[in-house]
Amino acid sequence: MPDTRYAIAAVLVAATVTWTLRALPFAVLTPLRESGTVQYLSTRMPAGVMVILVVYCLHGLPVTEARATAPLAALAVTIGLHLWRRNALLSILGGTATHVILASTVFAH
Amino acid sequence: MKDSAGVGLGFLPLGLAFGALVTQSGLDWWWAGLSAVLVFGGSFEFLLIGMVTASAPLAAIAVSALLVNVRHVFYTLSFPLHRVKGRIGKAYSTYAMCDEAYALATGEQARTWSSRRILWLQFFLHLYWATSSTVGALLGSLIPDGVTGLDFALTALFTVLALDAVRDLRGDVPTPVVAVLSALAARLLFPGQMLLAAFTLFTAALLARHLTTSRKPRHA
Repeated sequence: MPDTRYAIAAVLVAATVTWTLRALPFAVLTPLRESGTVQYLSTRMPAGVMVILVVYCLHGLPVTEARATAPLAALAVTIGLHLWRRNALLSILGGTATHVILASTVFAH
Repeated sequence: MKDSAGVGLGFLPLGLAFGALVTQSGLDWWWAGLSAVLVFGGSFEFLLIGMVTASAPLAAIAVSALLVNVRHVFYTLSFPLHRVKGRIGKAYSTYAMCDEAYALATGEQARTWSSRRILWLQFFLHLYWATSSTVGALLGSLIPDGVTGLDFALTALFTVLALDAVRDLRGDVPTPVVAVLSALAARLLFPGQMLLAAFTLFTAALLARHLTTSRKPRHA
């Protein structure tokens, strides 16, 4: 088990870096808000950023192996539920439950 | 509170998974709560568990936090901080600007949200995350060893946020396509720095598209 002071220091370092990244750019970028280019970017970025994060979450997927079926099936369940009911909680719980069940039983290593 | 309910309750399985992973990794339960309250950046916190148990140098943790969370720089372009009032309000709003708060506060339905409503949304998301992480850590030892795959909650959460954000684009198909291509290109070319490369490629592609489709003279 790592030293307690070290474990706390690690959290503080991560928190400081994260907050700096969230706060500092506002001071620098706020004057640019009026620009047409920034407005163009800002309407399209949310969707693109989320799509990239999904691909990132799946990037370790062993596509050629059978156990890739669990996350892919869970992804299909998540998307299917969300397009059908538009209920974020239901989609997340359904997808996660599918994954846990498949990964712990059929595809358990 | 109503605004945060849908996505915020999605935090519960995710936070429980995070907390459970913390205790399974041999860290104390309170560390999950500390990290959840102070860092409040879900995806990096999952990585942080591995780094702390491996006793990674603090400098390496700082660099990783920088690279994984540098996406928040992109969020500042569109997050409605100008509608959040007061110094303390603005400070907290930037502090608690997680992916989910960004997705909700930049969505179509949030155009008219007041300062108070945005801040409450962020506070509730923060609260859900901290509570579920701590509970997950306390219950973590009860989960049987054979049960795995809770980490999919993070993928499911981003999938839901992506579907809602794409719907807000109202038929702008090229944007999500460009995003997928950017992510795949980044995966192939810069596997070690995939997120940073993907966001940079995506932003560059959007800029290029904007410059070629708009005929107006450009202001430097």
